[in-house]
Amino acid sequence: MKKIVILVMMLLLAAAFARGVTLSGAGATFPYPLYAKYFSVYHKATGVRVNYQSIGSGGGIRQLFAGTVHFGASDAPLTDKKLAEFEQKRGTRVIHVPTALGAVVPTYNLPGVRAAVRFSGPVLADIFLGKIRKWNDPALAALNPGVKLPPLPITVVRRSDGSGTTYIWTEYLAKVSPEWKKRVGVGKSVSWPAGMGGKGNEGVAGLVRQIPGALGYNELVYAVQNEIAYGAVQNRAGKFVRADLASLRAAAELPDFPPDTRVSLTDTPAPEGYPIASFTWILVYRDLDKNRAVKSAAEARALAALLDWIIHDGQQFNEALHYATLPEVAVRASEANLAGLLYRGEAVIPK
Amino acid sequence: MRSKIYGKPGDRVFTALLVVLGLTVMLVAALMAWELGFGGREAFRAFGFWGFLRGTAWDAVAEQFGAWPFLVGTLITSAVALALAFLPALAAAIAVAEYAPRWLGELVAYLIDLLAALPSVVYGLWGIFVLVPLVRDHVEQPLFLWSAEHAPALMGVLGPPTGIGMLSAVLVLALMIVPYASSLARDAIRLVPRSQREAMYALGATRWEVVRRVVLPYARGGIFAGVILALARAIGETMAVTMLIGNSGQLPYSVFGPAATMASVIANEFAEAEGGLQLSSLLAVGFLLMLLSLAVNLVADFILRRMSVGEGRK
Repeated sequence: MKKIVILVMMLLLAAAFARGVTLSGAGATFPYPLYAKYFSVYHKATGVRVNYQSIGSGGGIRQLFAGTVHFGASDAPLTDKKLAEFEQKRGTRVIHVPTALGAVVPTYNLPGVRAAVRFSGPVLADIFLGKIRKWNDPALAALNPGVKLPPLPITVVRRSDGSGTTYIWTEYLAKVSPEWKKRVGVGKSVSWPAGMGGKGNEGVAGLVRQIPGALGYNELVYAVQNEIAYGAVQNRAGKFVRADLASLRAAAELPDFPPDTRVSLTDTPAPEGYPIASFTWILVYRDLDKNRAVKSAAEARALAALLDWIIHDGQQFNEALHYATLPEVAVRASEANLAGLLYRGEAVIPK
Repeated sequence: MRSKIYGKPGDRVFTALLVVLGLTVMLVAALMAWELGFGGREAFRAFGFWGFLRGTAWDAVAEQFGAWPFLVGTLITSAVALALAFLPALAAAIAVAEYAPRWLGELVAYLIDLLAALPSVVYGLWGIFVLVPLVRDHVEQPLFLWSAEHAPALMGVLGPPTGIGMLSAVLVLALMIVPYASSLARDAIRLVPRSQREAMYALGATRWEVVRRVVLPYARGGIFAGVILALARAIGETMAVTMLIGNSGQLPYSVFGPAATMASVIANEFAEAEGGLQLSSLLAVGFLLMLLSLAVNLVADFILRRMSVGEGRK
């Protein structure tokens, strides 16, 4: 109780300081609907205006590096190489603040099949490698007893644009298939061995809808809102899980949660967890004065207050928009990270 | 040499203004080329100019980049689209300028020009929702099944009959460039002097003979200019092609199967490229695209000079 009172007071204080401040951010498109909601509510509550351009994770990281925005946003954590580049050229660490959980689901177009098709990681990898070519392949049939799969060829559909969704998808496939790891690898855009590409979630969904027998991958939010059929995936514990908010949250309940929150949730060991899930992050400099966009201590404080609000009060808006809320471990880790934010060597959030 | 007429100060200011504005356009073009080439220097250094041009791998994970599949895709789609669009565009121009009654000609010309004003994303959407199912169900699948029965060797050339791919992209592209070729051809045909036609009629020629023997040869410069404009448009077209072509840079391409073009790969990957070699390679592709357009224009200019009739002839 005491903690909440302190938090509220801190927020009010921050709000008083921050009135009239405008913050800017750029990055991932995937959490854009959620961020739009956050920032509009936050503006009404505190008067701090936040401009967010959903130009893609890569663009957000580029702009953060150039120091033209207060924060970046990305669906994939920065690589060690990229972190070292920030440290070397900007002289600061980059803090990852998770805001929500999302999932990537296999979407398909199978006329006449009403049950949710079941997949396993290795089978998905073999399909995307072009090794399983028909829906009635024995490997798929074995996973789906009682479902009559048609003898249609599988048309693999994937993102043609670089995307955090692709990163999560390929990371999962690389974890469950050594051949995928060796031949294709992990990335926001990879060299696909099979299939055709659509631009954006809407592009993939459009192709999946248009082509009978197509199998693609989409963000859960997109598949749910547009009512595209999506399948269940077998997790490491052997359970077939269909992505929903509960199975997403379960996926993030890891016993050894890393303090920098740069954790991969794909192929989660959690028994009830959906295996193709990921955080989406907001990225800020730890030494905020190193970012040219942060012009004053007041702006630094406003930014820290915003992030603090997102990981606590902001979370209540997640589920209505089909994003899962952060698990407790992620909130604790982020609190510690935010407490470490500095402006000219001084802590931004008072202890 | 400066004649008296340009001696007035106002004229001199005006001349200077024109020169400056004209130079600005050239400067902007040069700056763009430099910026693209400079941005792509890392890619050219890593793979060599020819190595990058002829490289067939595009793998952001292994950091191997080559522009060849996209160059081939651009050349094939724009050349085939132009071949498909040329005759209908010319026919429309002849019909409007020579045969149709004035009111009908105006109407048809207006509608054709309207095609040029449609945003390309509209073409893309129309392609996905109308053309693709049509092409898939009535062209690709029957052909594919026929070849499976009678000519199995053809199946590899045809590729998967899913509707999304080279064929649909080329058809939409052809439709998009018709107005460019057609409207310049129409103007060129209208500019053929009356005296030329009358001379031919006086010799007893029919209307078609006049068109074939006098109008078309006389207007060929303008017609060809339209063709070049259409080709340049086809080379640079991004949105509609990206939506329809299937975006797969894996050679060899097939008739129905997915492919990729230079413009489409840039549109696809630029937003998420985090810098480094991938971004540099995309800029290098942009640079090559600019070189390709330049080459097309130079060749066109050369042919145009040799073809044009009348005062422009050198």
